[in-house]
Amino acid sequence: MLMTPWQPYTDLWGKMGQFREEMDRLFDSFGFGDGRWPSLAAAYPTVNLWEDGDHVYAEAELPGMELSDLEIYVTGGNQLTLKGERKEPAFGKGVWHRQERGFGMFTRVITLPVDVDADQVEARFAHGVLTITMPKSETAKPRKITVKTE
Amino acid sequence: MAKNALVKREDKRTEVALPERTRGAVTYTPRCDIFEKDDELILCADLPGVEPGNADVRFENGELMIYGRCAARQQGVNYLNYEYGIGDYYRVFTIGEMIDTDNIAAELKNGVLTVHLPKSEAVKPKKITVKAG
Repeated sequence: MLMTPWQPYTDLWGKMGQFREEMDRLFDSFGFGDGRWPSLAAAYPTVNLWEDGDHVYAEAELPGMELSDLEIYVTGGNQLTLKGERKEPAFGKGVWHRQERGFGMFTRVITLPVDVDADQVEARFAHGVLTITMPKSETAKPRKITVKTE
Repeated sequence: MAKNALVKREDKRTEVALPERTRGAVTYTPRCDIFEKDDELILCADLPGVEPGNADVRFENGELMIYGRCAARQQGVNYLNYEYGIGDYYRVFTIGEMIDTDNIAAELKNGVLTVHLPKSEAVKPKKITVKAG
């Protein structure tokens, strides 16, 4: 015996709505939402982060920028802030056929996994790649514990 | 000027002989801007990490090929956060305009490649003065 009431359209509309919402979310995640960035995630610039025993390193691709266009701070021991503006080149009169590169102001705050010594942070910028070297603070460094034998 | 008159087709296939890759590295498609002026086309491509000597720009049979060699900057590290990959850059554009191939100029500065493609004399817009009769 058929127990479920047959409601063909209500269910269909519900599914359609769900599908539409899914698609909207998908397109937003590709950057077609409203931003000027063509296919970037919400965060700019993208940052790679790695560490060794004494340092934490951060690297970001910022083509077309100069170190003087960038502001880099470490606050609260482990908050790395990258701030800057990528300026649109001025070519004068003409038309854009393709515009995939994004321009404008950006700020990104990254929480580092350990505390770093803010006074000793070094930044290097070469060929559009920013590399930040941050020495770990003394308390965050790994300590080798010697095991005594009796 | 119609938007698609310039770049008719863009794909991975090209007749231009490519520099042969000896390592199986990942190749990325760089983001590009193309700007058209009365006398030239300007192409800008983001090639972060590419040193000026490692960029290759070729124009052949109406196709502009850009290639940037970018070696790995870190080796054997454990990334705590990994948001982008590092590799070579490659992209080909078909340019549907007559280009003065002898005067193509390219420069690479801070990871941005700028290619100036001057239009050949035949296609440059000419202003015709209308005489009063």
